[in-house]
Amino acid sequence: MLEVVKNLLVLMISSSLVSNVVLSQFLGLCPFLGVSKKVNTAVGMGGAVIFVITIASGVTAVIYRFVLVTFNITYLQTIVFILVIAALVQFVEMFLKKYVPALYQALGVYLPLITTNCAVLGIALTNVQKEYGIGFSIVSGFSTAVGFLIAIVILAGIREKIVYNDIPESFQGMPIVLITAGLMAIAFCGFSGLL
Amino acid sequence: MSDIKKKAEQSSMEVFFNGLVKENPTFVLMLGMCPTLAVTTSAINGLGMGLTTTAVLVLSNAIISLLRHVIPNRVRIPAFIVIVASFVTMVELLLEGFIPSLYSSLGLYIPLIVVNCIILGRAEAFASKNSVIPSIFDGLGMGLGFTVALTVIGAVRELLGAGELFGIPVINKVLAGISGLLGRAEPIEYVPISIFVLAPGAFFVLAALTALQNRIKRKMQEQGKNADKIQSGCNSDCASCSDSGCARRFIDVDAPAGAVGDMQDKNVSP
Repeated sequence: MLEVVKNLLVLMISSSLVSNVVLSQFLGLCPFLGVSKKVNTAVGMGGAVIFVITIASGVTAVIYRFVLVTFNITYLQTIVFILVIAALVQFVEMFLKKYVPALYQALGVYLPLITTNCAVLGIALTNVQKEYGIGFSIVSGFSTAVGFLIAIVILAGIREKIVYNDIPESFQGMPIVLITAGLMAIAFCGFSGLL
Repeated sequence: MSDIKKKAEQSSMEVFFNGLVKENPTFVLMLGMCPTLAVTTSAINGLGMGLTTTAVLVLSNAIISLLRHVIPNRVRIPAFIVIVASFVTMVELLLEGFIPSLYSSLGLYIPLIVVNCIILGRAEAFASKNSVIPSIFDGLGMGLGFTVALTVIGAVRELLGAGELFGIPVINKVLAGISGLLGRAEPIEYVPISIFVLAPGAFFVLAALTALQNRIKRKMQEQGKNADKIQSGCNSDCASCSDSGCARRFIDVDAPAGAVGDMQDKNVSP
């Protein structure tokens, strides 16, 4: 029991901080760069990503275990996963709109942006690659998404301040954001000493 | 309408060079950034990723263009995804079987070609509206443009980060030659800036690239040329992605009925 808890904790730290999904694996860069102008929207996006990735990694793990492995068609995982994820996101959007309007108002705008987000598919495939069970897949998905939230909120905080700085003309806009992300990546390299 | 007609009349070669130079997916349109940053740790990886993506892009463009009068408009995204994912799976299995070294170094990023913005984007913007031959050339041009870009970025990172080019220690060889000319007993050795092959280096190289692009764009505007095509990353609200079909809903309930390709024909002949 203690062993399982320890493994889970290690998994959570390693997937949220040490191998951060954006800063060391480059998954989900588009929303990371696109929706990080204000802290508020960044938190919204991060929340939506946590919501979708947690559900998606659970669902894909179940499908992998009980459909793909059972019928011995694991080579179809890419096709099945991307279709399931894309359909799932739209279903979640419709479900939230009808039954949880408060949550829909907070996250709804961001959901279509996640449909073909490479982070969602990437995590589903990583879970399979690392041979996680269903429970571990959900935890890994959740903590990876938390890592995304941490990264995007930090970047948004920095970007809110950067606006007031005197930046060379050519570096205004995306280049300075990329440099900021690079410096953050250096900082996150430091976490590799944690484990 | 005239614009569409003009597009249809474009020769295959024009379409090809359009993708390779004028609308280069990486340097000009800033599409498909995830693999661009992730796999360009060396020139050979960039080349491998680029060629793999090109193969998928050409095949999926051809099939989508052939099926453009069959695929209903509302479920076009799932249809495109199935076609693209099938080709990606085939290419992945082929690589695993025949080039295992490339397969292991690209790893997770091969199946992730499915969600590369370039592929769905070209399916939406070109293949679903044009006939087969131009679509194949569009795929070839865009794919090779992507390949060139990835190889160049990979070469820069490998050269700075490891002092090598395609695995050959170029810098040390040159330095050894210079030391020989100067008559030094011990050759000068290059100390690699290893951060460039690590994750942060990818961001820095791309930042430098985008800054250069900003500068070119500004120069072009000063000279009164049209620089609208050049985007600088996800400038507004990740516009480059939502335009290219990445951020679409799975089933587009608001889309007009009918097949994807039919819309086009109606436009051309009012």
